[in-house]
Amino acid sequence: MGTGTGIGRVRGLGSAKHGAHHWLAQRYTAVGNLALTLWLLFSLLSLPGLDYESVVSWIHNPLVAVPLMLMVVSIFMHLRLGMQVMLEDYVHDKGLAFFSMLLLNFYAFGGAAAGVFAIAKIAFIGIVKA
Amino acid sequence: MARSTSRPLSPHLTIWKWGPAMAVSIMHRVTGNGLATAGALGLIWWLMAAATGPEAYATFVACATSPFGYLVMIGLSWFFFQHLFSGLRHFVLDMGAGYELKNNRMWSIATFILSLLTTGFVWLTIFGKAL
Repeated sequence: MGTGTGIGRVRGLGSAKHGAHHWLAQRYTAVGNLALTLWLLFSLLSLPGLDYESVVSWIHNPLVAVPLMLMVVSIFMHLRLGMQVMLEDYVHDKGLAFFSMLLLNFYAFGGAAAGVFAIAKIAFIGIVKA
Repeated sequence: MARSTSRPLSPHLTIWKWGPAMAVSIMHRVTGNGLATAGALGLIWWLMAAATGPEAYATFVACATSPFGYLVMIGLSWFFFQHLFSGLRHFVLDMGAGYELKNNRMWSIATFILSLLTTGFVWLTIFGKAL
């Protein structure tokens, strides 16, 4: 070990145990998605209706708003990892690959932020009179 | 990518006989990316419309319940269940189980049957309630 090249510093140290991080995060978020989307599906099917007042007064409940926020975050983390693998497979040009990763990250973080914001607004404000 | 035409290509997609495992594998990617784009944007649209107010929500409902809207929603719900069942199949395969030829084939076909059945069941429930 020394202050030489990067490979010189890490040679012989073994795995950093981070190699499977992407793969594992894809599975963790898959479990989150499975539980939370099925909860959303069954909840929506058992609501009295899917009109504005029914939906907003349902999301207004903290016990709904919090899992719904978690669902949005889990979904956008999962889709970011999944679309990343798809783009890595199909976008061969280095510059285009970099640009598509940039767009994907903007999309994933932007989408998650928009979803969480919308749920928070409903949770705090509730029904808006027309 | 640039490729020397004097060099042979290794056997690729076009040369193999299609089987259920191949179909379920590519459908996992197709449904995943469909849900990641159209599905996620639809979800955000729905939440944003509900957060904005009755008028924005009415616009969302008008689009979603148009003939094209139903086509998209039914398609996405089938994508959802197909991705869900092929995802569950992934968990089993990740644990190192289910690689025996007969079992693998059976569960590959089962993901398609289960996704179609659950999609049909959900929409029968929705339309049944509306009647």
